[in-house]
Amino acid sequence: MSLLVAEDSVATDQQIVARVEGLSRTFVGPPPVAALQPCDFEIRRGEFVAVTGMSGSGKTTLLSLLGLLDAPTSGRYFLDGIDTAVMTDRQRSSVRAFRIGFVFQAFHLLGYRSVLDNVELGLLYQGVGRSDRKKRALAVIEDVGLSSRINAPCAVLSGGEKQRVAIARSLVREPALILCDEPTGNLDKATTSQILGLLDGLHARGLTIVMITHDVAIARRASRRLSISDGTVTEVPRE
Amino acid sequence: MTVQSKSEFKPTDAIREAAAVVARRPTRALLTALGTVLGVGAFVATTGIGATARAQVSSRFDALKATEVRVQDAALNNENPFPSDTDQRLEALNGVRHAGLFYEVPSSSTTSPRSTIVRRSQAAETIPVIAATPGAIKATHPTLGMGMLFNDFHQSRSERVVVVGRVAAEQLGITRFDGQTFIFLGDTAYAVMGRLDDVDRDPELLLSVIIPESTAAKNFDTSTVEREVLIDADAGAAQLIGTQAPVALRPQDPARLRALVPPDPATLRNSIEGDVESLFLVLAIVAVIIGGVAIANATLVNVIERRSEIGLRRALGATKLHVAIQITIEAALTGAVAGVLGTTIGVLATSGASIARTWTATMDLRIVAVAPLIGVATGAVAGFGPSLRAARTPPAETLRQ
Repeated sequence: MSLLVAEDSVATDQQIVARVEGLSRTFVGPPPVAALQPCDFEIRRGEFVAVTGMSGSGKTTLLSLLGLLDAPTSGRYFLDGIDTAVMTDRQRSSVRAFRIGFVFQAFHLLGYRSVLDNVELGLLYQGVGRSDRKKRALAVIEDVGLSSRINAPCAVLSGGEKQRVAIARSLVREPALILCDEPTGNLDKATTSQILGLLDGLHARGLTIVMITHDVAIARRASRRLSISDGTVTEVPRE
Repeated sequence: MTVQSKSEFKPTDAIREAAAVVARRPTRALLTALGTVLGVGAFVATTGIGATARAQVSSRFDALKATEVRVQDAALNNENPFPSDTDQRLEALNGVRHAGLFYEVPSSSTTSPRSTIVRRSQAAETIPVIAATPGAIKATHPTLGMGMLFNDFHQSRSERVVVVGRVAAEQLGITRFDGQTFIFLGDTAYAVMGRLDDVDRDPELLLSVIIPESTAAKNFDTSTVEREVLIDADAGAAQLIGTQAPVALRPQDPARLRALVPPDPATLRNSIEGDVESLFLVLAIVAVIIGGVAIANATLVNVIERRSEIGLRRALGATKLHVAIQITIEAALTGAVAGVLGTTIGVLATSGASIARTWTATMDLRIVAVAPLIGVATGAVAGFGPSLRAARTPPAETLRQ
């Protein structure tokens, strides 16, 4: 199987954020389900990669593996050059705490906690002190345009605001890789546009983003596209 | 390359996060804590009321029961084992206030008291005749209604005098107690000296006619009577008097006499209250266990409800241990709330019970300090199982929901 890389050049190790080699995931049944066939690809620092595919194609499985939320059945996954396949659960937690940011379709906010609390939550397991946490969280909340809603419980926010909070919670961690799982799946058209604009801005600032989406139109905004079908990952040529 | 930065969950953050979860649903937390509240409350109230009761046992119990000693003949053989100067020998002992010999004179037609010289043709209701030394009457804590008690003079001279109990006086129709009224025992007249209106000990005296012991011994057949010595001792002296009295009365053969002393009041109280306390403590333990099960159950439900939150925390870098710690602290905090509430209720119950009985509430402050920790420990133990389940929650699966 050939290694999927960006078309323009061969990257050095320092330019590569994530590299997978023969990564696969099969869920034990019965019956066993091969959600992700062995695949190889690299993601370079600063890339905005969209992964498209139909429902059940294996998109979220791939995202879970990239986010170390799940362990592969076979293959290797290097994140910032670290081989995650040999890690203990505790080490994987540490990698998640410091190097990966998540943005979910369902937001996954604590509705009874304030915007500030939810963004601070992104730093909770990094051992950052409370005052420093607050300072960094306030800065990121301002970045996503929610300064006026700092103390509002997340349960009362609109969908777009909730996703901004989720993005802020991810950004505050200063991760090497931001993984977005259908970030606009629960949003209307106008709000989708706002969130995509926000992600474009993050990309422009040099952040590495991998976005799962079933919407090809949204995927076209990414700098690179991977397609997944029946668990098989393929590179989508630039249009 | 290795992972240099480690996931970390500071203790203060863990407590803050757990407190936020518990405070999110205060009503649920209170209901969850209810069993433990009752358990801790019962524990505090039981120990508190027990301590208060120990400190407040009535003076009547102490004064009357704990100061009474009786000496009996251990080998009845129709001989009088008691010396004639029983009163004097016993009252010479330190701690003896009054002491004396008494027994019931055998009932027969010759001794049945009547107020007229003529014997009734039909047997009337028999009034007991009690022979007593002056010290024995005083040892009953008598309340004299009218007249006077007979004394050592009458005892030493075997005078034919009587003191009648209040009820007996009514039965005999006696209204004067100036020594000019007589009753008849057999055919012999006895001057009525006084009337007993009340006694603290041996209330049957109120139904009886009481004559000096020496008079009874001289005029009636007392060979078969069961004699008994009654001693009114100082508080705290009964145990010692019980050992000294047989020797003082019968130094040549003290084993012939048997002293009946009250159980040590403190031991008795501790024994009785210990039984009661044990029962309530068992109930308290059962309540705490039930409370623990309630917390465990509620925490388990909570964990199931919060699968996506737990998955999120795992995605943000929480280790399994971090998740388990937070869930355990949440349960422990619920237990802490229960502990504080239970302790408060226990203290109030103890105070209420004390006020109702006009006692002074007495509580061991160590119990009050430790009781909330029982709630904390109950919660922590109860939360341990659910916390393990929470820690095993697979993050990828829960975040898909």
